[in-house]
Amino acid sequence: MPKMLWNVLRNLLSPPATVRYPYVKPEPEPGTRGRISFDIEACDQCQDCERICPSAAIKVYPEEKRIEYDPFRCIYCHLCVENCMQRAITAEEVVRSPEYEKVKEIFEEG
Amino acid sequence: MSETKEFTVFPFGPQHPVLPEPLQLRFTVDEERIVEVVPNIGYVHRGIERACELNDYRRNIYLCERICGICNFMHSMSYCETIEMITDTEVPERARYLRTVWSELGRLQSHLLWLGLFADGMGFESLFMQIWRDREIVLELTEKTAGHRIHLSTNAIGGVRKDMDEKLIGQYRSGLAELRKKVEAFDPVLRNDASVKSKTVGKGILPKSQAVHLGAVGPTIRGSGVAQDMRTLGYEAYGELDFTPITYDTEDTYARTLVRLDEVYQSIDLINQALSAMPEGPILNKSTQFPEGTAINRVEQPRGEAFYYVVGNGTINLERVRVRTPTLANIPPLLSMLIGHEIADIPPIVLSIDPCISCTERITHVKGDE
Repeated sequence: MPKMLWNVLRNLLSPPATVRYPYVKPEPEPGTRGRISFDIEACDQCQDCERICPSAAIKVYPEEKRIEYDPFRCIYCHLCVENCMQRAITAEEVVRSPEYEKVKEIFEEG
Repeated sequence: MSETKEFTVFPFGPQHPVLPEPLQLRFTVDEERIVEVVPNIGYVHRGIERACELNDYRRNIYLCERICGICNFMHSMSYCETIEMITDTEVPERARYLRTVWSELGRLQSHLLWLGLFADGMGFESLFMQIWRDREIVLELTEKTAGHRIHLSTNAIGGVRKDMDEKLIGQYRSGLAELRKKVEAFDPVLRNDASVKSKTVGKGILPKSQAVHLGAVGPTIRGSGVAQDMRTLGYEAYGELDFTPITYDTEDTYARTLVRLDEVYQSIDLINQALSAMPEGPILNKSTQFPEGTAINRVEQPRGEAFYYVVGNGTINLERVRVRTPTLANIPPLLSMLIGHEIADIPPIVLSIDPCISCTERITHVKGDE
């Protein structure tokens, strides 16, 4: 019983375990596998990312110098980021926010 | 002249507050007492084995990881191990230790998740929230390691993709010490509380002989006093670590709960041991050879033994991938445990095998037009 009272008092006076989300945004951990984007200028159209992508979320069109990336198929494993020889894929530590429509992202010159 | 007895048949699941997974059990009851149970699975068949055959064998690592969300690391690890067996790839020493650390981290979060769900299944909401709050420590460590809270995605054929530096190892040690303190705080509740005991002691008895006969695995068979643990085979770095499988002899739901509770401490010990013994060196030995041959592999997952069988034909696609997850082996023992108990005992007994139906489903029967 005294132990229980101690717990009750401690829980009453301690702050909540959760973060007050809309007001306080949690800082991402360093190394969080977040959203990715392509730098078409640095890309040499080798298609390594397309071959390695486990969920087939990347499609490269070398003739047109165009990359189609489907963020909704992507599993954010960052294999493409690690394997890109030209370092043309940028990884961010921010997780992609939800969207209403499933749209492919297209990266092309110009 | 004897009267014909009337039984009631009622379904339990696939949607039920205590069942996080779509499993249907059809109970035949004589008033309050269970006479017969018939399972019905097939609600979440995903065709993963077929997808593994159509996929590039290297992409399968990430597909196998998604067989089960909770044991994701161990699924990808056992797939990689099987391919490594076929292609004779040597895994670097440090990678073996890292895999052991992350496997045990997966076991920790799975057992804590289960202990919470079990408390919730009994209606013990505050304990559920406390355990899940403490589980966050493990998830934060996972996030620091690999960048995601659940899916590590750190396995590769021939090793691992991520390394741990001294700073992270220090964070692991302090995080696990904090977790141990928190587990010790709720430990007496699960072990001694009268309301928990009234739901678990003497319920769902699975005698030792029947556990062996029906092929139970994991904490289910260890709760019946059989020291069966695949980690004793010594895969990865388990051969070099000091541990003995935890067993209890009371053969009931209480024993299975305590096995999992003690395994939380055991996992913390194993991670600390592995972190101390981890040698320096490379973490990946890349293999470019296509798999040709057959291999089988068994690993101990939080729920029990998982079995992998892979046939490769020297091309980029595999010929066959067969996965047997622990819940499939634990369903027949579950059915025998339930007979003779009352309806109110169903939730704790069903939860006591830690059912994970989504990983279990491999075959689905589609009725033809005829």
